[in-house]
Amino acid sequence: MAGPCMSHSLWLVPLLPLLAVPATALLLRARPAAAPWVALLPAMLCVLVARLPLGTTVELDWLPSLGIALALRIDGLSRLMALLITGIGAGVFLYASAYLKGHPLLHRFMAVLMLFMAAMLGAVLADDLILLVVFWELTGLASFMLIGFDAHRAEARKSAQQGLLITVGGGLAMLAGLLVMGTAGGSFRISALLAAPEALLAHPALSWIIVLVAIGCFAKSAQWPLHSWLPNAMTAPAPVSAYLHSATMVKLGVYLLARLHPAFQEVALWQGLLTGFGGATMVTGALLALRERDLKRKLAWSTVVALGTLVTLIGLEGPLAATAAVVFLLVHALYKAPLFLVSGILDKKAGTRDAMVLRGLLRAMPLTALAAALAGLSMAGAPGFIGYMAKDLLFTVQLGVPGLLPVVALVVNAAMVVVAGVVAARPFLGRRMPSPAPVKDPPLAMLAAPMLLALLGLGFGLAPWLISGWLIEPAAAAIFGRPTGISLGEKQASQTIYYLSQAAIGAGVVTYLAWHRLQPRLAQQAWLDAYGPDAAYGRLLRGVAGLAVALTRLVQGGSLRRYLALSTVLTFGGAGALLLLQGGLALPAEVAGPAVPQLLLVLLIVAGAVGACLARLLLAQLMAAGLVGFGVGILFLTLGAADLAFTQFTVEVITLVLLVAILARLPFRSLDARLPRERRRDAAIALAAGMVGMLTLLAVQSVPFNNAIAAWMAEASVPQAKGRNVVNVILVDFRALDTMGEIAVLMIAAMAGAVLFRRLRSLEGRR
Amino acid sequence: MKDSLILRASAGYVLVAAVVFSLFVLLRGHNEPGGGFIGGLIGALGFVSYGLARGAAATRRALRLAPIAWAGIGLALAAASGLPALLWHGEAFLTHQWLSGTPLGTTLVFDLGVYLVVLGFGLTFVLPFLEE
Repeated sequence: MAGPCMSHSLWLVPLLPLLAVPATALLLRARPAAAPWVALLPAMLCVLVARLPLGTTVELDWLPSLGIALALRIDGLSRLMALLITGIGAGVFLYASAYLKGHPLLHRFMAVLMLFMAAMLGAVLADDLILLVVFWELTGLASFMLIGFDAHRAEARKSAQQGLLITVGGGLAMLAGLLVMGTAGGSFRISALLAAPEALLAHPALSWIIVLVAIGCFAKSAQWPLHSWLPNAMTAPAPVSAYLHSATMVKLGVYLLARLHPAFQEVALWQGLLTGFGGATMVTGALLALRERDLKRKLAWSTVVALGTLVTLIGLEGPLAATAAVVFLLVHALYKAPLFLVSGILDKKAGTRDAMVLRGLLRAMPLTALAAALAGLSMAGAPGFIGYMAKDLLFTVQLGVPGLLPVVALVVNAAMVVVAGVVAARPFLGRRMPSPAPVKDPPLAMLAAPMLLALLGLGFGLAPWLISGWLIEPAAAAIFGRPTGISLGEKQASQTIYYLSQAAIGAGVVTYLAWHRLQPRLAQQAWLDAYGPDAAYGRLLRGVAGLAVALTRLVQGGSLRRYLALSTVLTFGGAGALLLLQGGLALPAEVAGPAVPQLLLVLLIVAGAVGACLARLLLAQLMAAGLVGFGVGILFLTLGAADLAFTQFTVEVITLVLLVAILARLPFRSLDARLPRERRRDAAIALAAGMVGMLTLLAVQSVPFNNAIAAWMAEASVPQAKGRNVVNVILVDFRALDTMGEIAVLMIAAMAGAVLFRRLRSLEGRR
Repeated sequence: MKDSLILRASAGYVLVAAVVFSLFVLLRGHNEPGGGFIGGLIGALGFVSYGLARGAAATRRALRLAPIAWAGIGLALAAASGLPALLWHGEAFLTHQWLSGTPLGTTLVFDLGVYLVVLGFGLTFVLPFLEE
């Protein structure tokens, strides 16, 4: 079964959606009606992933000199993730095709969603730390574009930026941690590191590795205090919230923690970080979920709770905790995605997401209500649903540890029962809300995904053996590091724990009934907004912007002359101060005397420079400065630097032409408006800068120069690079990567310039 | 300066001459002084002098694409020139390849990329100043 053909098809899993990105955009731009068919690709990939044998590995060299490879590997954990990504992906693509039907940018939305899916699949299948980071950041980029999909809304842009800054900032910390980790452990291959973590665990930088990696994972998985971007990301369209911000992307941090758990599970710092921050996240999320009345934000807060729970579970030791983490990961995806999709349906059909307003829609949309009820029951942990088994495991694990965690677990679980009730039951029960248009069930394409996912939650609950040995146990084994020997469906909780859990559910039901009175009181607590991490983020961002404005005002006051003077003084003054203070002044041992023609040229240049300082007419100053430039160019030529001279001439001509073009629009015959005092000051700055330049050059010349590299390049130029012009060969061949970087910088500068000029023009047009 | 009849009449010829010369400089660069950077500057110079005589709008029409687009194409070309080594020859990115026995190789594609980036960069910043 595991033939070479089958194992190579592992490449297809991330590659096919990646290739489908441009195809999706082009196809749907031409034929938007084809959108539902795009869902076939994830569905197909889901089947492929399910058929791939565990342990399949493929690899290609990438940077062999650094030990970095394009390596993919599928094991129990990555298969569970890949199945969620493709399976829920198929439903979400179908839903999105109906949700955004007729939207002019539907093709772009679906293409970015496809890119996201490819990146996610790559991230969970990567067996190389660096490859993982690449895909990881790609998911963040896709998330940025999807949160900011309604780019004309300031709120969407702001939320997209917040999500990007926090997750990418965390990602940078993680990259640093993973680089140290790969170096310390002697390999960038994840499977190799996990198989032999001894070198890693004995490394003195172990604490740094753990902290840095945890920061990246916490930012991605919205752990306190880096969680604030997730509720704000709810400005995205509902399919994005369901797919990225509940079922898959936010689980990526949890995934990496689980992935690395076998190596770190016995380190106290690891356990402390995960249980500590996970617990804080659970409490914060539960409190704010009760306080929220917007359905989607409420669900987002409960996602924060779920992510905190998962991180806590990974931080706990033992096979039961690993199993609980896997089951809860699956269960959460199966109920949270449908609830998000239902909230999107309610928003679209009933026109609001306010949980206080939405009431009595059962008769109007019975099928939606059914899907919501099934998902909500699973969330609350009702018997018969897979959510019940998750609760059973959760309570057994969390109530079994000493400290605060058991109390936190009970309170948080009661709160989740309230959220399930408010989101899944309240909108459909009670007296019918008034609505301007008749409300009815959405089309099948929008109903299929929430209904199917919620039904799976019931089906797996009734027949746990369907997934126990095949899906749950291998995934738990990947987290635990060896087989757990626990199968799904065995009752875990003791009698005491069972009664405690029933008490928590009962408390949740009572609180649900009183929620409409409780919520306004919680909402009044303004300090929660004023001092939370979200407010801190806002202050930080405003602080950075304010600093930039103040600095710009100081340096660029609006006078070009002043700005030039300031930068010249700083650059050359700095260099000169260094030269003097560090004792760098030196003269070369022997200076070849200049030949007569060069001496004449130098006199010409000096004349030009003095003339530029003395002349009163702008145009005359320009001509004199041109004399300096051309003189230097000719000097280069006499010294054998033909390329340099060539470039110098061209730059001179461009400068001249440009300045003449600008002066032609100004009263250029007018005198230079500077006062004599200012002219003297400018001349002094110019003279001092020239002196510093000369002293620096002399100091450089006084150091013996190693000619080996230059000699090698001159020798290798023709045989290896087939070019006689060494300068050009260096630029395009020997140091091509440097040149690549330089033209990339030019490109970035040009893009910034293009944006500024366009903005300037639109401002002028408005005036 | 749009009033000058001589400038206006000669602008088209100057542009063609400058572009042809810049391409010549680009092509000879591997063996003689020249190359993509200097070629791009000369090309930009041609378009700027055209713009001085005929205005920015006419220059943008002559360019067909926005300067920033030319720069983007250039960067993409330069990056693409490094791929054959990676994909077919199992060598590091940007290890240049030649058609056997000829001086034609991926270096030329790379240098053309440099040429276009420099051209696009220069014109992005200069053309707005020629705007009415």
